Amino acid sequence: MTATRPSRLRSAITNPWGKSRMLPLVTLLYVLWSIIPVGIAVLFSFNSGRSRSTWQGFSTRWYVGDPAAAESVLYDPSLRFALNQSLKLAILTMLVATPIGVALALGLARWRGRGVKASNLLMLIPLVTPEIVMGVALFLVFAEVYDFVPFGTWTQFLGHVTFSISFVVIIVRGRLFAIGRDYEEAAMDLGASQFEAMRRVLLPLLAPALVASLAIVFAISIDDFVISQFLIGGAESVTIPVQLYSGARLAPPPSLNALATILMVVTIGAITIAGLLFRALGKRRGERASALESVAGFEM
Amino acid sequence: MPTNLASGAEYATVGQKRWVWPGFALPGVLWLILLFLVPFYAVFAIAMGQLDPILQRATPEWNPFYWDLTVIGEAFAELFGGQLGVIALRTLAYVFVASLICVLVGYPVAYFVSRRAGRWRWLWLLLILAPFWINYLMRMMSWVNLLSPDGQVNRWLTTIASWFSIDFVPPDWLAGNHVVVILGLVYGYIPFFILPLFAALDRIDEATLEASRDLGASSAQTFWRVTWPLSRNGVLGGLVIIMLPMFGDYYTPNLLSGSPRTRMYGNTIDQFINQTTSGGAVGAALTIILMIFIAGLMVYYLRSISRASQEARE
Repeated sequence: MTATRPSRLRSAITNPWGKSRMLPLVTLLYVLWSIIPVGIAVLFSFNSGRSRSTWQGFSTRWYVGDPAAAESVLYDPSLRFALNQSLKLAILTMLVATPIGVALALGLARWRGRGVKASNLLMLIPLVTPEIVMGVALFLVFAEVYDFVPFGTWTQFLGHVTFSISFVVIIVRGRLFAIGRDYEEAAMDLGASQFEAMRRVLLPLLAPALVASLAIVFAISIDDFVISQFLIGGAESVTIPVQLYSGARLAPPPSLNALATILMVVTIGAITIAGLLFRALGKRRGERASALESVAGFEM
Repeated sequence: MPTNLASGAEYATVGQKRWVWPGFALPGVLWLILLFLVPFYAVFAIAMGQLDPILQRATPEWNPFYWDLTVIGEAFAELFGGQLGVIALRTLAYVFVASLICVLVGYPVAYFVSRRAGRWRWLWLLLILAPFWINYLMRMMSWVNLLSPDGQVNRWLTTIASWFSIDFVPPDWLAGNHVVVILGLVYGYIPFFILPLFAALDRIDEATLEASRDLGASSAQTFWRVTWPLSRNGVLGGLVIIMLPMFGDYYTPNLLSGSPRTRMYGNTIDQFINQTTSGGAVGAALTIILMIFIAGLMVYYLRSISRASQEARE
C-alpha cells in the first residue's frame, strides 16, 4: 500500500494524460462543471448585498429579512405566493396521482381481456410525449372544450396529475412483478377474501413502492415548468420554476436565488426521506437494495 | 351438494375477478382518456377547425370529414421555404451538436462511474445524480448569473486579460450567442443522457469482459468489440430521452439569449400559444408538425432497437 502510493503519484505527475487517468479526470471536470454554477447561485443567495456577482458578506436577509422592505422570500408577496403555489400543487398532485396510479398498475397487471393492451399503451404514451406537446394540448382543451375549468390552480393540478400517473404505474408495476401472486393466493387459501388479501398482504408488500411513488410525484410536480406555465391563470398561480423563468433575465436581487435554493432543499429533502423510508421498509423484509440506486432507477 | 357449493364459490370469485381488475384500472384510464387522449385529439380538431369570422377564434371541428387544411397547409409551406424552415433547421443543428457533445462527454463519465469508480462509486453516483434534484430553471438561472455582463465569467476573463495586459472588452454572452445556447442545452440535458447509459453499462456482466481478455483481446479491442456494442442501446435510449424535450425546448434559448438569432422551434409554438390570444390554430398546427417529426424519430429508434436485439440473438 505505502509503496505503491508514491509511485502512482509520480507517474500521475510525469504522465497526467495516461489512459487510467483520463477517465477520472473527465468525470471530475464534468462533475465540477455541473455543480459549481449552481453552488455559486446558492452561495449568492446568502449575500448581504444586492449584487449576485460581488460577495459582500454572509446574511440571511434574502430568506427571512425585514418585513418592512418586503424583499425576502418570507416577506416579498410574489416570492412567497410562488412557494405556496408550488407546495400546494405538489402535495395535491401527490395525494391524487398516487392512488390513481397504484390502482391503474394493479388493474393493468391483472386484468385479462379486451382493453388491457390499449389501456397499457394509453398509459405509456405520456412518458414519451414531449412536455411542450402535452402543454399545448392541455392548454387548448381547457381553452376551447373544458372551458368550465378556470385557468390557474385547477388546470395546473389536473395537468400535473395527468403526467404523474404513468410514473406511479411504472414504479408500482416493477414491484408488483417482483412480489408475484403467491403471498396473496396463500392468504386467500387461508380464508381471506380478495380485498382482505389485498389490504393485509399486498399493500404492506407494496409499501416501499408507495413511498417511492409519493416522493417521485412530489418531486416531478414541484419541479415542473412547462405544464405549469402553459396552464397558468394569473399572478396567483405562478410557481417557483415559472418565477425563476420570468425573473432570471430582469437582474433580480438574490432573493430569487434564495427561492431557487429553497426549492432545491425541499426536493432533496423529499427524495432523501423517501430513500430512507424505502430502505427501512426494504430491510424489514431482509432485502438489500441500495436506496440510492433504486431512486436512480426510478428517475428514469 | 358439497361439490355444488365449491363450484358455486369458484364461480363467485371468477365473477368477482371479472369486474375487479378493470374496475381498479378504470379511474386511471378515464383520467387519461379525458385529459390526455381528448386534448391530443383537440390539437387536431383546433388546427383543422373553422376560424370564427367575427371573433377570429379557432373553433374545434371534431369530425375529420369537415377538417379544413388551410392553416396546417400554410404551416407546411412556411416550413419548406419560409422563415419557419430556417428555425427548424437551426433547431436540428442545435440538437445535433448538443447531442453529440452529450455523447462525447457523457460516455466517458458513465463508463468511469459504472466500471472504474471503485470504492468511491457511491459518491460519484451521488454527484452525477445531483442535477436531477436541482430544478432545470435554477440550473439555467445559475448560468444567467455567471454570464451576465457584470457576472463572474466576465470578471474572471477581465482579471486573466489584465495579467497579460490585453485590452479586453467584456462581451454580452446572453445576446444571441449560438455557442452559449448549445452549451446551455448540453448543461441542461446531459444528466438525462448519462443515467440510462450508466444503467446499460452497469448491466454488462464482468465475466463477458474477462472472457474477451482471456481470449487475447487487448483492452481497446474489448471495448470496441464487446462493451460498445453492448452499450449501444443505452446510448440510443439516452439520446431519445434528451432529444425529445430538446426539440420542444423554448425556455433554454429564451433564458440564455432571447434574441431572434437563436430562436428554436419551441419558441415559435410558445409565441403563438402563450404570447398571443388568437394563435391557437397556428400553435396547434405547429405542434402537429413537431409530433409527426417526433413520431418518425421514435419509429426509427424502436426499429434500431429491435434490429440490435435481433443481431444479438443471431
